[in-house]
Amino acid sequence: MKSDRGDIELAGVCKSFDGITNVVDGVNLKIADGAYCCFIGPSGCGKTTILRMIAGHEDPTAGEIVIGGQNVVGLAPVQRRTAMMFQSYALFPHLTVRENIAFALRVRGQSKTDRLRAADAMIEKVRLTQFADRLPAQLSGGQQQRVALARAAITEPRVLLLDEPLSALDEQLRVQMRQELRRMQRELGITFIHVTHTQLEAIALADLVVVMEQGKIKQAGAARDVYAHPHDRYVAEFMGGQNVLSGRVEKVNGASFTLAQAAPDGIEVPLQARSTVKVGDKVDIAVRRDDVELVRPGRELPTGCTTSLPSRVLAIEYQGYFVKVMLDTVPDDEFVAYVPEKTFFADPFTVGDVVMATWATGSALPLA
Amino acid sequence: MSAVLADMPDSVAPETTKAIAPSKGGRPWTFYVLATLFSLYVIALYGPMFCIYILSFQDIRGGLVFPMKGHSLHWFVDLFTQVRTGDVKGSFDRSIKLAVIVTIITVAVSFLAGLGFRKRFCGDTFVFYMMIGSLVAPGLVLGLGTGLLFQALGLNASWYTSALGAQLSWTLPFGVLVMFAVMSRFDHVWEEAAYDLGASRWQSIRLVMITVLAPGLVAVALFGFTLSYDEFARSLQTAGSLNTLPLEIWSMTLNVTSPSLYALGTVTTIVSFIVIGASLGSIVLIQKKRGSRVRG
Repeated sequence: MKSDRGDIELAGVCKSFDGITNVVDGVNLKIADGAYCCFIGPSGCGKTTILRMIAGHEDPTAGEIVIGGQNVVGLAPVQRRTAMMFQSYALFPHLTVRENIAFALRVRGQSKTDRLRAADAMIEKVRLTQFADRLPAQLSGGQQQRVALARAAITEPRVLLLDEPLSALDEQLRVQMRQELRRMQRELGITFIHVTHTQLEAIALADLVVVMEQGKIKQAGAARDVYAHPHDRYVAEFMGGQNVLSGRVEKVNGASFTLAQAAPDGIEVPLQARSTVKVGDKVDIAVRRDDVELVRPGRELPTGCTTSLPSRVLAIEYQGYFVKVMLDTVPDDEFVAYVPEKTFFADPFTVGDVVMATWATGSALPLA
Repeated sequence: MSAVLADMPDSVAPETTKAIAPSKGGRPWTFYVLATLFSLYVIALYGPMFCIYILSFQDIRGGLVFPMKGHSLHWFVDLFTQVRTGDVKGSFDRSIKLAVIVTIITVAVSFLAGLGFRKRFCGDTFVFYMMIGSLVAPGLVLGLGTGLLFQALGLNASWYTSALGAQLSWTLPFGVLVMFAVMSRFDHVWEEAAYDLGASRWQSIRLVMITVLAPGLVAVALFGFTLSYDEFARSLQTAGSLNTLPLEIWSMTLNVTSPSLYALGTVTTIVSFIVIGASLGSIVLIQKKRGSRVRG
């Protein structure tokens, strides 16, 4: 209560509903004050449960939740100074926009004139002035979301928790509201924690992206880090934009190693500082889809490329500024090249063509 | 209640026919078949009651059967002035008081049961089936049993003790069932939101739950009132020495042979309609109040 800081620390947080399986399993995480943090993962991975534990709607089975240096386990949301924006917004259907937003002040016993004045100021902030006297049912999805945001923000929380805030909106509105969330976060200057299952949403918004699987954190870091340098196969596949290949290490030579694969000379992969590999190890590597170049057989490889995998084109999808080419490069995994539109149409492929898939050797990334 | 139910098809019917045959051309033959069927239904529903209402407005020569002899309010005056017609005013008073008490208890208990059943608890299905059991138990037998039990315990049966209990065994399960239907439309995330915004348990119930559920609570009250107001079977053996109105009407059918009986029927119907009208009116008012703030 003394602290206004909204930095959060989760230490060994576990949650079990049945006493047998842990929905959240020993999560450790630090979130800086004023950060925009996105939890991302498939449904059932425990991300919403973590959010609800930070919000004070669930108690952890084990571990500590520290906000602004104070352990908040067992405290009510108001005492934690957190506010939650619910997935379906949970606006009170019998109250107008103004009364919904003033609700928190009303239960605190503020006088009617004071609380309505404060609500009106907040309504202006979210640009809903002309809708102040409407009921929630008379608002569009985007407007309802803004009411929910204002209702949560009026309590002057140090942490705002958002549970899939954009999932109820259509595509166009989602992009628009995404910007609005970011704007509000900057304006309020408080910590936002946002749960989503859309990776685009996460990397567009977050300072800190937390990828989860089955109650555990798989990787936490800056959006660009998580997207470009996935820690393992799961993160690479979940965040998308990567081709994941696996094979056995054939030989290790100084700064790189060679992976046995369908390619005549294997795949050369630079050895990252963290990976120690031995001959015979089974290793996953990731290659960004937009790093893959396609060359017709017999032509010379671009400079810096030492590996080339013969492939057949399975399907082609036009995506506007790039073309998605699906290949049968590796037997069991998907292999996709994102070819810039202009490059593709300079010498277009058709389904069934044989091509060589290649990439700059330095861009292949060994995974844990 | 029958009036409420009958009103619904009346207002809904034109809508549906419109949906089947979009205006312009003639209506399909099915419309006429269904319209005839509906008219017959309405006649069957209201015909018998209207016979009573019409015959209650005869003059002093009036008898118990058609044809109608003259028209006046004679039998209404007779009803309230003649001693031989029985204690109409007293039993009417008792019935209204009893119905009000039953309504209050039914609404309070049903609401609390609705709160209790939000979450599953040990033995909840058992409690639920026990309650439904009391709905299907034959009313006369249940009333008889209640009367006997009071006698065995050495208590005097009267309308505000034994009859109240017997009626509650009937209105409570109904009230709770209606409450369940009402509660199913209450999203519990609203309670969570209220808690998140700092509302205490009591504030969350008062400011969110009761206000959102108000129209449903009025419906529960209406059920409680009308079920109690015409309850006969359970009250027969439990009302003690003083009759409730349905019991009084029943005893009148045995010894009163004048259209006073019909006048009583007309008066009680009017009371029923006033109660139903007031309930529906208050629901409309609640909704209008919400709507008016929108304009204000």
